[in-house]
Formats: sequence, structure tokens, C-alpha cells
Amino acid sequence: MGKTIVEKILGNNAGRDVKPGDIVTVKVDYVMLDDIMMPFIVSKFKEMGFTKVWDPKRAVIICDHLVPASQVDDTRAYHISCDFAAEQGIPNLHTSDGICHQLMTEAGYVKPGHVVFGTDSHTTTYGCVGAFSTGIGYTEMASILGTGELWVRVPATIKVNITGKLSENVMAKDVILKIIGDLTAAGATYKALEFTGDTVENMSVSSRMSMTNMAIEAGAKCGLFAPDAKTAEYCGIELDDFQKSLKGDEDAVYEKVLNYRAEDFVPSVAVPSNVDHVVPISELGDVTVDQVFLGSCTNGRLEDLHEAAAILKGKKVAPFVKFIVTPASRKIYKEALDDGTLGILLDAGAVITHPGCGLCCGRTGGIMTDGEVVVATNNRNFLGRMGTSKVKIYLASPKTAAASALAGKIVSA
Amino acid sequence: MGMTIAEKIIALAAGKPEVKAGDIETVTLDRLMSNDGTTHLTIDKYNALKNPHIADIDKLVWIIDHNIPSDSAKTAASHKKMRDFAREHGICFYEGEGVCHQVMMENHVRPGELIFGADSHTCAYGALGAFGTGVGNTDYLYAMVTGTSWLLVPETLRFNLKGKLNEGVTARDLILTIIGRISANGANYKAMEFVGEGMKTLTMADRISICNLCVEAGAKTALMEVDDIALDYLHEHGREPKACFTSDPDAVFAAEYDIDLSEIVPIVAKPHFVDSVVPAKETLGVKINEAFLGSCNNGRIEDLRVGAEIVKGKKVAPGVRFMVVPASRSIYKQAMEEGLMDIFIEAGAIIMNPNCSVCWGACQGVIGEGEVLISTGTRNFKGRAGHKDSFVYLASAATVAASAIAGEIVTADML
Amino acid sequence: MEKFSGRVWLMGDDIDTDIILPTEYLVFKTIDEMKPYAFSPLRPELAAKIEPGDIIVAGNNFGCGSSREQAPEVVKALGIKCVIAKSFARIFFRNAINNGLLLIENAELADAMTEGDEIAVTVNEKIDYKGKEYPIVSLPDNLVEIIDAGGLVKAMRRRNGLEA
Repeated sequence: MGKTIVEKILGNNAGRDVKPGDIVTVKVDYVMLDDIMMPFIVSKFKEMGFTKVWDPKRAVIICDHLVPASQVDDTRAYHISCDFAAEQGIPNLHTSDGICHQLMTEAGYVKPGHVVFGTDSHTTTYGCVGAFSTGIGYTEMASILGTGELWVRVPATIKVNITGKLSENVMAKDVILKIIGDLTAAGATYKALEFTGDTVENMSVSSRMSMTNMAIEAGAKCGLFAPDAKTAEYCGIELDDFQKSLKGDEDAVYEKVLNYRAEDFVPSVAVPSNVDHVVPISELGDVTVDQVFLGSCTNGRLEDLHEAAAILKGKKVAPFVKFIVTPASRKIYKEALDDGTLGILLDAGAVITHPGCGLCCGRTGGIMTDGEVVVATNNRNFLGRMGTSKVKIYLASPKTAAASALAGKIVSA
Repeated sequence: MGMTIAEKIIALAAGKPEVKAGDIETVTLDRLMSNDGTTHLTIDKYNALKNPHIADIDKLVWIIDHNIPSDSAKTAASHKKMRDFAREHGICFYEGEGVCHQVMMENHVRPGELIFGADSHTCAYGALGAFGTGVGNTDYLYAMVTGTSWLLVPETLRFNLKGKLNEGVTARDLILTIIGRISANGANYKAMEFVGEGMKTLTMADRISICNLCVEAGAKTALMEVDDIALDYLHEHGREPKACFTSDPDAVFAAEYDIDLSEIVPIVAKPHFVDSVVPAKETLGVKINEAFLGSCNNGRIEDLRVGAEIVKGKKVAPGVRFMVVPASRSIYKQAMEEGLMDIFIEAGAIIMNPNCSVCWGACQGVIGEGEVLISTGTRNFKGRAGHKDSFVYLASAATVAASAIAGEIVTADML
Repeated sequence: MEKFSGRVWLMGDDIDTDIILPTEYLVFKTIDEMKPYAFSPLRPELAAKIEPGDIIVAGNNFGCGSSREQAPEVVKALGIKCVIAKSFARIFFRNAINNGLLLIENAELADAMTEGDEIAVTVNEKIDYKGKEYPIVSLPDNLVEIIDAGGLVKAMRRRNGLEA
């Protein structure tokens, strides 16, 4: 019988045929540990009685939530991260290079077919290159560090098939928001999402990342794209036979299949305070904006900055509107610096911060107060996420964000 | 009797032919700068007045620079109050454009002006021959409502500079040396005036750095003569002087100091006072956790050039956070265009948006318990940059950049 | 079968991890320090009112959002005996099991409940409320093993020979 991508990856890893519902113990290719969870990971690891990480080169420690520090206690996690890396001989330590989910693929760790766990829910991102990756808590991370293994239940797969050409002002973000809106925030709980069709085949790996990044917002365990030539180029590899086989079989069994026509997607926003409360901008009415945030592991990549710069070139953001730009990684910052993108954004009035999680994780980077409205390109608009519970967060694409910064109200590009 | 520059500016602002040190004068202010450190408090007091009004809206400049981007809902509420008030009243308003004093120097300050700023480092404006002084928010409010204030005319300490700073020695080393010599209250209530042929060797960036730090000796203001270097700067920024003053030959000074610039060496101010200065060589080897290149004192293009040249092709030491924070948007842009940001980002620096950040221990780059910071900021008071039990060493851009690479305090010539 | 009863706090759908514990409190050193801020964006007064033995009954997708394990830990630390919801987000579910916080799925109870009422729970069997019985589906074996061990930390300590 045919297999879905996730069944192939988990089956290959476990060395046996698997089907949805099976509980398998997988060998872990990489673990991603982020700064904010490090104090708890390390204390649980020690409490469990482990002394050595099973394979230090398979661990990647990334300081991104709390760098640069905004509160006096923030550096504690930084020190615990650096100290643990030194103690365990973990070679992969990033102290200020950008957001964990960007770095895991960009810096060359995760490859198609890998099984990866991270202490952050948006670990689903790495499905953009055809890897199984999902978020876990710090206790399970501690147990993996000791054993190199974890149990998973093989998820059933929901196939999302999209064909046709997206409109000019529609981005991958609009696509995934619409899908989450249709599925609802719990609609893919315990499930894998598999994205197929010529629309996604034509997408860049960056755009695919925006979609797998947000798979968790529908509750999904993972989101997956079949690795292709673009994936190989992005990863700097040639796909081997196993990696080439990572596509859903014709006779694979899907829990359900959602079919979309690309032409039907429109610029949309997730309105406060649920990611699955998705509304086309044309139906939104007048929403005045106080702040715009362009960044995050969802939409802080070069193509996102390019789209914003194309809209803002030679223009100024609306008076009294704060426009915060946080590139997703040091590499992206450098590329955007060198190709003039950052210059354009700076001239337009952007406040450009160092690459990191920034405002998305609600720690610093533009926290707001009662009554303020933000258009943000990140992945969550939960109550209180960016300040008080009376801050209104609208999630949107980089194009919509840039156009809204210019207009001072929510508009499509 | 002759007058000092400080006396002449106050006389002009008081509408009198002559004033002398020790007089208390009522003055009309030329400009009123306030930032997000205290403006929300000023607004609260303003709103509590019986008949609130603003004497001259065009004189007000409000700048959000201390906590941008905002790091808490409380900060955001203060910002919103300030933004909404500025918008409602049509006050000249900057947010995220840079550190207030740099924004003022680039856009507003004119020679001969008398300027109140609700920030102690307002004395920086002396680099353009303006009398800038820091005030609290109640003084600020009074000036905002009446357009006037009272001022004790300060005595002047005069510093005659001669010679030239050696390679690797900066204006910051000079002013730290002077503060060390006269102590942290050596210029209390006084003006510090810098003159002499040595001035010709100092750029505008040097001069701003010197004047900016004079409050750390307790000075009410700092003043320099307006020469071609200052006028060129002013003209480049599209402004003309109000009045250019020099002290009269028979003016009376409280004290005069002769400083030979060639004798200045790289200096470090040790924790926890700005006047705890020692030659940098005496602090070598102190392990650091963070290095900060920025602030109204040392975040200008000249400082970034110095830093970039030192770190070019090298990597920041493991475990060290090297914060690079241009003092304004225009400096950020220029640094981009000159390729400095490329050098910093490749070296592993953390480049932040123009703001006060590490210098005042909020928002970005806060240091933790037991940590050591080497900084081009203005102050090294206990807890200034973060945790109460942390340590701040003040040094020049060159020493800070070199230390970021070494992971411990070194001078640039040691790399 | 273990039986207990407790007072109920009622919540809606999609109670996310940012509501259960906002990001700014994640850096606190201990779970105890985080306790006062649990559920603060939605119900700032709630943490102070919760007493040991209380039960949370909620709608769909409880615990959605981030992987922060501080969320189930803080719920447990407040003394919540168990959370009954129409459904749970999967990371929260695993994290709760690993910390020995009992979760029960039940599709009907949330709509039938009034906050403040008492319910009786018979583990792995049923919930009694106002004379009506609500069935409980039992957990998969591998999870029961973790719970039986007293959580994942204890299971690993046993594996490493630190506990019998």
C-alpha cells in the first residue's frame, strides 16, 4: 500500500513499515534547543541522571529569544547555553545569528528525510525541506539528549493540494492563513499536513517555510513538502534515492484531501486573537494601524524583505506609525544589506533590529499597550502576546504589512 | 568687564547687555528637548495644571530614543501618551530616529541658543556653541508653559588645549582624563569652556563627545567657540547661527587649565564612577561579557569607522556580545554605505537600531548578574547597564572594539 | 480506580499557552515564581483563587500554541488535579503526561458545566456531574507507563539506575 511522506520518513527511521496510529521509537538526527528553554532542559537532563549528550554534534543550541537581553535576568539563559555547549562539547552554538528555525536549515543542519525535534512549537518549519520535525517540551528534550531517541505516534496525513497561479498581491502567508482558517486551530491536531500541487512546486523554499512554520497553528504535528530541485539547491546537496522518494504515493491513504485553486486566494489577515480567524482584507473595513512588524521565522527572510522594499522604495511610512523590521538571520541581514534592501527600508523609516525572535515572542522589540493595533508578519496573534491583552494583533503577509505601514491602515498591496 | 561665552548667551537670552557669574537671570529659552525618559511625567503634570497651555509650540522637540523598540507594556503606555500628545499639539516629534542629542545636533541646535533638555547630557550642544543644560521635568514643564525659566549664571572653567592627540587616542580619552583630574563634582554649577589651538585638531564628533560628557564632572554646560569646523557642520545640516560668541580677553574664569593633547593616553573609567579613571593599560586582562559601541557619546560615524577598522576580518570573541548601535538613522545609513555594517555583521556583532540601549541599561543588551561590560556609553554607575551586581568599564571606541575581539580589556595597539 | 472530586473552573476553546503563561514569565527561575501569572492575559485574578484539588474544564484545543512546558507545570503547581477538555493540543498533551498532570478528554462536559460546581472523577472510567455520568477513554499503554513511573524524569532516573 502507498505511503505519505511522513510515513516514509518515520518508517525509514524506525526500519519498518509504519501506518498511522503506530507508536514508533525514532533515532533523532538533530535536536534544536533554544535559549529560553535551556535552563529547564539542562536541569531536567541532570535530574534524570544523564551526564553525557548522546551525540553532541547532533545538538544545536540557539540563543534567539533573549538576545539581545532586554531584562536583567535574560543573560542567565545565555550563560547556561554557552556553558552547556562547552561542557558537552556541542559544536553547534549560535549566540546571535538569528532565529532558530531559520538557522536549522539555513546553516545546513537539517536535510530532507531527517527526524528533528526542537523545544519550540514552530519546529514544524523544517518540513519545508522534507524533514519530519516537531516541537516538544523540555523534559522530552532532556530525555533525547540522554538517549538519542523518542517515541512518536505516526500521524495520519491531510493533503493540501493547490494548483494554479497566485495573484500578484498574494503571498504564501495568505495561503497558509486561509488553510488554517478552513482547518481551524485544532483541525490538524496529531496530523501531518502535506502540501502538493504546481502552486507550491513553484514556490521558493522560503515561501514553503512560511507555510510549514504555521502548520502548528492548525494543531499539526508536522507540515511537509516533497523535496525537489529547489530543496536540493537550498540545502546544497544532491538528493539521494531515499530523499527523492519522499513524496506522497498515488495510492497513499490520506485522512482527507483539501483542494484549492490558487486564483481563489486573496490577501487576508488573521484578526485578533485567533490565528484561525481569517478574514479577506476586502471584507475587513477600516482598521487604523499603530505599528507594523516585519520579521519572525514565518516571514523575516530575504524575499519577504524584498517584497516590502519594493512597496516602500522612495516612500515614507505613515506619520506616527512604527515600522519594525527584524531580519530572521545574520545571513539574511547581510544579504539585505548588500543588495540595498535594508537601505531602502531604513530610508522609508524602518526601525531595523538585530536578527532574532524580537517582537514575535513578546519579550521586547516593540511591545504595545491598550488600544494599539499592530499588523505583524509572524505566526501568532494570541491575547497578550505583544503587550497587554487589549493590544490587537493582525497577522498578515509582508506585502500587506508594507502596504499597511505606508497607508497607516490595513490595506492589501 | 568682559564676559565668558556662557555669560554672553545668557545675557542674550535675558535681553540684557551684561550678566555675570552668580547672577540669577530670567531667560527666554530657544529650544526645549524632551525624551521618553520623562516626558510622560511632564504630560501628567501639564494635564494637572489649571490652565495648561504651551508658550511656543515651535520650540518643543520630543524624541523617543530610550526604549525603542518598546520593551514592555508600561513603556509602550508612556510612549503612547507622548506620541498622542505630540500629535494633538503639533509638537516636533521623532521616534526611532536616534539618540536625542544626536538628533538635536543634526537637526536643531544653533550656535548662541539657550536650550533646556530633560536629559543630563544636553550639555553636548556646546560643541556648536549653544548653551545646553539638563533639567528635571518640573523645570521643563515651567519652561514649556511660560517659555522662560530662571538660571544661575555659572562660573566658567576654561580648558586651553594645545597639541594633537596621538594615534589611537580619542577625544573620549581626553574628556575622561579631564574628569578624572577635576573629579565627578569638579565642575558643579559651572560651565566648562574648551579653547586653544588644539581645538583645530578636533572634529565635530570629537567635540560633541567632549561636551556631552562634561555633566559627568558636574558641569551645568559645556561650551566651545564656533569656528569653521562648527560652521561647516551647521551649513551641511542646513542651518545658520543665532549668534557666535567667544569669551572676552578680560573675562573672569573660575580656573584655567592647560592641556597638552599629546600627553593624553587611552583611558578606562573603572566601576562604578566616571572619575575612577586609569590608563587603559592598568585594566588589561579584565574578562568581558559584553562590549558596547554606541550612545550619544560615541555612536557617530567616526566612532563606527574606528571600530570597524579594528574588527575588520576578525571575529568577536566566543561568549562576548558586541553591541554596535549607531547614534542616528543618518549615521546608520552612512555606515551602511561605507561598508561598515558589513564589517560588523561579519565579525559577529549585534547591530541594533539607533537608540540609547546599553548606555542606560534598558531595552537592548542589558547585562546580567556578575557580568562585565566595556562601553562607550556615558556612565558606569552601579547597575547602570543592567543587574545591580554588574560592572561597567568606560573606554574609547578603539578600546571597546579591540576588547570585543580579545574577550578581555586590551588597547587597539595590542591586537 | 482512583477517585476524586473537586471544584471546577470553566474555560472556553483554544486556551493557548500564551494565556496559560505569557512569555515574559518564562525566564523566571522556578515554576513557583510563575504561579501568580498563570492565565493572566485572560483572567488575571484566577491564579490567586485556584486551590489545590480544583479542576479545569475547557473546550477544544486546550494548550494550543507554543511548546513551553512551563504551561502544564504551572497548572500542576497551582494544585489543579486534572484538566478536562473537549480536546488538547498535542505538544501540551505530551508535556502534561511527562509531568504527571492528568488530562481527560470529554466532548460534552464543558457545555453542561457551570463554573464553581463540583464534579467527581473516577480515573480511566467516568466523570459524575449532577447525576449524569460522562465516560472517559483510557490512555495508550506507552503513556500509562510514563504516568505509572511518575513522569518522564522519574522514568529516566529509573533507566539510569537512580531509582528503583
